[in-house]
Amino acid sequence: MTSEAWLRQDRLPHIFCAGCGNGTVINCTLSAVEAMGWQREDTVFVSGIGCSSRAPGYIATDSLHTTHGRALAFATGIRLANPDLHIVVFTGDGDLAAIGGNHFIHACRRNIDITVVCMNNMIYGMTGGQGSPTTPYGALSTTTPYGSGEPAFDLCGLAMAAGANYVARWTSYHVRELTRAILTGLETPGFSFIEALVQCPTNYGRRNRFRQVADQIEYFRSHTMLIARAERMKERGEQVPADVILSGEFVRRNRPALGVRP
Amino acid sequence: MQGNTACAEGALAAGCRFFGGYPITPSTEVAEHMAIKLPKAGGVFIQMEDEIAGIASVIGASWTGVKAMTATSGPGFSLMMENIGFAVMTETPCVVVNIQRGGPSTGQPTMSGQGDMLQCRFGSHGDYSVIALCPASVQEMFDLTVHAFNLAERFRVPVFLMADEIIGHMREKLVIPDTVARDNRRPLIPGSLPFKADADLMPGFPAFGKGYGVHVTGLTHDERGYPCATSPTVHEELVKRLVAKVESVRDSLAMYDLVNPDAETVFVSYGAPARTVMQLLHDIPGENIGHLRLKLVWPFAESLLGRFPNAETFIVPEQNLGQVAREIERHVDGEVISVPKLGGALHTPGELKAVLEGHR
Repeated sequence: MTSEAWLRQDRLPHIFCAGCGNGTVINCTLSAVEAMGWQREDTVFVSGIGCSSRAPGYIATDSLHTTHGRALAFATGIRLANPDLHIVVFTGDGDLAAIGGNHFIHACRRNIDITVVCMNNMIYGMTGGQGSPTTPYGALSTTTPYGSGEPAFDLCGLAMAAGANYVARWTSYHVRELTRAILTGLETPGFSFIEALVQCPTNYGRRNRFRQVADQIEYFRSHTMLIARAERMKERGEQVPADVILSGEFVRRNRPALGVRP
Repeated sequence: MQGNTACAEGALAAGCRFFGGYPITPSTEVAEHMAIKLPKAGGVFIQMEDEIAGIASVIGASWTGVKAMTATSGPGFSLMMENIGFAVMTETPCVVVNIQRGGPSTGQPTMSGQGDMLQCRFGSHGDYSVIALCPASVQEMFDLTVHAFNLAERFRVPVFLMADEIIGHMREKLVIPDTVARDNRRPLIPGSLPFKADADLMPGFPAFGKGYGVHVTGLTHDERGYPCATSPTVHEELVKRLVAKVESVRDSLAMYDLVNPDAETVFVSYGAPARTVMQLLHDIPGENIGHLRLKLVWPFAESLLGRFPNAETFIVPEQNLGQVAREIERHVDGEVISVPKLGGALHTPGELKAVLEGHR
């Protein structure tokens, strides 16, 4: 559990819906930040717009709640102007992969020393449940009333291809694994990207046959497959089911990073 | 020296230590010169992926307490508008240089224009007020850039250097002084509320990394900086203060040259067209023609127009279809003759003389 010293007590209660997965991810992130031994005065949380991006408002550090999709561009300015600060960006699937897609690609390419935690709820939760770039094919949303006809974005594949030093995916079910992955991301110089699938009972779950909050978390548990296991299946010539959530560490490497003191 | 280079030199002299931008004609020389000079001055130059990211990185850098700028032209300026509103709302000091070209759209990349004068004043959504300076020489590209940084620091607003392609690409003699006066943002007194304004309508600046633990948001926020987006009172008070902190001092901010204040006919100009007016007045020395040359256009100090008590006619040559002429019309009873010229070429003295003779 995270110590209360990292939270702005005077801002509670928060705006997240009952059953929302974002709180789990915030808790995992703050646990990792505490494990790093970072001080509040040296740490900055940056975000864009959306449910995930409200998180910095509840954290008792300097925090910048910016415009939709642009958090990484703002964070790049902070990082380069003051390489002594620790920077974590909270973002979501719409913020990062739709309107902010270009900044995401270039932040990975620059391998700028920032850790990004993406709360992927596969929907625009804040605005009432519209389809996002990670809404699964066939899933229902207010703007895909007959089922999404577009394939979903593989955010980890994108980050890996674009050059990030560390890329991992877990879900709100995998609290320990997620915390450990975020911690590794914080430790790794350069761009670290951790995708956390989260349940959105209000706007995703109830439209997509997850009648209870726990139903979607159980789905995450039962559909997760470790990357290594999927690789072994492929080596054996077996078919990896299309609906699995590939989880674990996709890449950990040491490309030259921007914004790190020499 | 070239105007755009002089602008970069002015920024360095003012203490700018961060440039984030994206190449665009006819402003690119500002970025290129900063790319050479900033690393040597201990600063940071970064070419971002687009202009939206350019202004975003500038705002991020500014929150670490660094003086930061970007430079662009029409299409890039349009892209920056949302984040310029963010800088207004969060009271982030920053300087945006716009070397104006012909628009709309891609328009005339290599030709001069002044078509962004209203966009810089009103281009982002919502009510707000900013400061815009208009240089008319290479020396002013330097001097007014220094001034832009000082105003940004003092008033915690985006300050625009609204130059044009002619001034940006012109080469003239430049005198760089050994030192320039520098203003720095007033730090927040520890323990006070981060967005509670002092008597001058401005709060102290809580730079990141200093232990303030400040929350900065583009949402309507209270004096603690916390989102408070549904309170009509908080929103109204905040927006009115953001406007008032600039508008209440517009007379003292005014920068201008004033010639022949007893004239009945007065030219009002800014930027490159001012040079044609000066040439015309030089060519017809016997005539009592007034000239108000604005070096600072926004906030518009209408009291300057009253400095010509006998004025019956104001003639306003601009490289647009009369954007500032309309502002003057709001404030005077006399006739306002807009002399627009599009296409990139400067008004000739002959053209302005013809307007002068035509109205008599």
